[in-house]
Amino acid sequence: MIKKRNIIGALVVGITGMASFAVVASIVVIMVNIIAGGMDTFSISFLTESPKEGMTEGGIYPAIIGTFLRVIIMTLVGVPIGAVTAVYLSEYASSKSKFAQMIRFAVNTLAGVPAIVFGLFGLGFFVQFVGQGMDYALEGGSGLRWAQPNLLWASLTMALLTLPVVIVSVEEAIRAVPRELREASLALGGTKWQTIRKVVIPNSFTGVLTGGILAISRGAGEVAPILFTGAAYFLPHLPASLSDQFMELGYHIYIMATQSADVEATSGIQYATTMVLLFCTFSLNFIAVVLRYKMRKKMH
Amino acid sequence: MKNVAIILLLAAVILGFSGPTETITVKGSDTMVILAQRWAELYMQKNPGVVIQVTGGGSGTGISGLINGTTDICNASRPMKPSEKSKLKQRYNSLGVEIKTAKDGLSIYVNEKNPVQEFSLAQLRGIYTGKITNWKEIGGPDQRIILYGRENNSGTYVYFRDNVMMGDDYSSTMQSMPGTAAVVNAVAKDEFGIGYGGAAYGKGIREAKVKVDEKSPAYAPTEENVKSGNYPIARYLYLYVRSRPSGAIKDYIDWILSPEGQSIVKKVGYFPVR
Amino acid sequence: MDKKISHKPSDIAPDGFIRKILFFGIKKKNKNSLEKRFRLSEFLAEKIIAATSFVSFAFIILIFVFVFREALPIFSGYTDKQSVISDELEQETYGDIPSESSDEADRHEELHQSEEPVTIPDLLSTTWQPVSLKPKYGLVPLFMASLKVSLIAVLIAAPIAILAALFTAFFSSKWTKEILKPSIELLAGIPSVVVGFFALIVLATWIQDMFGLEYRLNAFVGGVALALSVIPIIYTISEDALSVVPKSYTEASLALGAAKWQTALFVVLPAATPGIFAAVLLGIGRAFGETMIVLMATGNAALFSLNPFEPVRTLSATIGAEMAEVIFGDTHYNVLFLIGALLFIITFALNAIAELFIRRRLMRKFGGK
Repeated sequence: MIKKRNIIGALVVGITGMASFAVVASIVVIMVNIIAGGMDTFSISFLTESPKEGMTEGGIYPAIIGTFLRVIIMTLVGVPIGAVTAVYLSEYASSKSKFAQMIRFAVNTLAGVPAIVFGLFGLGFFVQFVGQGMDYALEGGSGLRWAQPNLLWASLTMALLTLPVVIVSVEEAIRAVPRELREASLALGGTKWQTIRKVVIPNSFTGVLTGGILAISRGAGEVAPILFTGAAYFLPHLPASLSDQFMELGYHIYIMATQSADVEATSGIQYATTMVLLFCTFSLNFIAVVLRYKMRKKMH
Repeated sequence: MKNVAIILLLAAVILGFSGPTETITVKGSDTMVILAQRWAELYMQKNPGVVIQVTGGGSGTGISGLINGTTDICNASRPMKPSEKSKLKQRYNSLGVEIKTAKDGLSIYVNEKNPVQEFSLAQLRGIYTGKITNWKEIGGPDQRIILYGRENNSGTYVYFRDNVMMGDDYSSTMQSMPGTAAVVNAVAKDEFGIGYGGAAYGKGIREAKVKVDEKSPAYAPTEENVKSGNYPIARYLYLYVRSRPSGAIKDYIDWILSPEGQSIVKKVGYFPVR
Repeated sequence: MDKKISHKPSDIAPDGFIRKILFFGIKKKNKNSLEKRFRLSEFLAEKIIAATSFVSFAFIILIFVFVFREALPIFSGYTDKQSVISDELEQETYGDIPSESSDEADRHEELHQSEEPVTIPDLLSTTWQPVSLKPKYGLVPLFMASLKVSLIAVLIAAPIAILAALFTAFFSSKWTKEILKPSIELLAGIPSVVVGFFALIVLATWIQDMFGLEYRLNAFVGGVALALSVIPIIYTISEDALSVVPKSYTEASLALGAAKWQTALFVVLPAATPGIFAAVLLGIGRAFGETMIVLMATGNAALFSLNPFEPVRTLSATIGAEMAEVIFGDTHYNVLFLIGALLFIITFALNAIAELFIRRRLMRKFGGK
């Protein structure tokens, strides 16, 4: 009897272990495949050159810059809002307040909205509603500058999409700030706001950073929301203003794989672009993981 | 740290605004994207003051961009539909201006291993409406025909439907590909697949010959055959603008129609109109 | 700092009704605590912070309003009816290229799309053919497709993710845990377009060769690829649910002489079931809304069938593929927004149910914890 039990036990451990192994293996398989396909094409000039010969040669410089700009604007908008919301949720709001529950509900819902719906919203709200309004206000409705997909609208759509990521990770960091620190500040006569500003925020800075990085990593790889809010197939120049369209790494992969001039000739470029994007998101995630690890260590 | 980033960004934006002066946006047919890109690339080299933004997405995208005002020039691989013209008229009181820029033979792709060499228009219609489902019905192996086509926004989709299928609907088993490259790719990897698209993309697969009916000779989509009209499914590639071109847009279009612009048409694999 | 001390905040602070409005939603001060004196900076900070946090809520409302607003014309029966201009209006041409084939032009005049308003029965038909001489906007095949792909994805992802979560919670040594957890995070960090690319170029061929399938791109390929993006969600939440189960359960079971695996399977796993169920629901929600992977890997044919090895066209992929091209305000445009609204409602409902399961059931089960 005992023997049988041990065998089943070993089997259970084996099966669950296999499942875990499958997860790790799938990542390795994807990475090996993509690196093997992209290594030959990849070079420094691949990163610094524009596409040439109808995008069958050259590099992905404009796509990198486009992604970078989009991510920066997204971060500048999304992280402050997310961080402040997190401060509110963890410091001001009691868990019973209706208002706080409403916000929390909104954040959860926001996290669950499909990326493509953000894209639709970006098109319907930012491009067509806000954009048209701006055109009327600024140029009397004659020009067409803001009421079309561009860098600003794509970045704002993305900021909205990544907001929950920021809020959750900043909140976690704020909760990790020891209660004693807060109490010490309050005991010394500090007000709530002073405590938050001088004690809580500096001590959860890592969390804000982690939130920002995770948001960037999420945002850098997401393509669906920018399909109709700003990404361009090909632009020979870098975006010069917020109202320009831009090239983007993820979108570049999508169009190169499905709409490029010559699939065989560009296969290397597709793989190499994918490799660059993967490298970016992986290293960002890695940094976030390390930061969070340090944070948790400090907490205990 | 954040302050530095903001300052940098502001500087970039402010400096950026004083950049190039003329911007022309071009949007539309994926079939024409390579062509439009080459034109843009070369034209900008010669005229550094002009910026040309080229986007694909399909002829429908381009035409609706023209109607919505999100593009200056529209690339289209099919003529505008009356309903589209009326929408343009409604918004801009103009029917738009049509410019024929190149001619294209619509190729039928099959896998290199496929023994079927040629199709009649009736066969193609049967295949794509779903009446012919097995290769053996048209002299091939006993295998299901796997249909690949373009997304419904593409001019190729509409042209093929109107001129090969005579307005009938596609079989719902047809897999819609977001771009012609994806069709080529799919057929190249699928031994029993069939697809259609512009000649410029026809690499890695075989382009079948097409005949009008069983009795007439079959022609491959070569330059002579397309120009002479022997190849039965050839079409014009168009540019559309909202009103009679002027200024930078006129210069650009004139250049496209010049021998220099037309030589690029040939280089890319289409056939010049001049 | 201000030295003047006022014991009555109401001297400076707005009182009564106005005060209530201003302080709406802000945590009531602890009654027993020393009453703090009103300070402008404190007041402003709190207001501004509360207002900023309102952004998330405002945007949820805006998303709801704007997505539905664009979908609404279908139901109100209003369509942009305009007379199609008569054919004799010649379009201007430029560049004088001789128009040779007049019959080609003629044919196009005949074949223009009929534009009739969409009705609810139209939406419930089984053909999706929006660009046709007689457009058909049947959403049923698209809905079925989304369901099919999501189910395949979850059927693959859930066992793997839950087993892996069990492994991490009970059987893994420290170092395997330290490989597994970051791996899951890395997997979650792979952009969906990369997964889609991999599925389109590599995975589809493998699966076709392995099973000898007729269609290279099909629901199954899409499902397998989607599983990769669903695994991290199910894993993370399941692991959470497993770790919330009170230690006393485990200890009691072990003390009674049960083996570790028996404890895991028969004590902890059942106790964590609501949480795991929620994890699976969230996984379905994620799979349902995911766009790039299905857009690239499922073949996008709007077939009405149950066969998992045939190509499918999901709701999300339809928006992704067709949105950029439609004329704003067109029927097709409205229908695509309706699909967006549908996706919004479905994922919203799934998330809400999942939330309910995580909250209520766990609360009830482990009461005071």
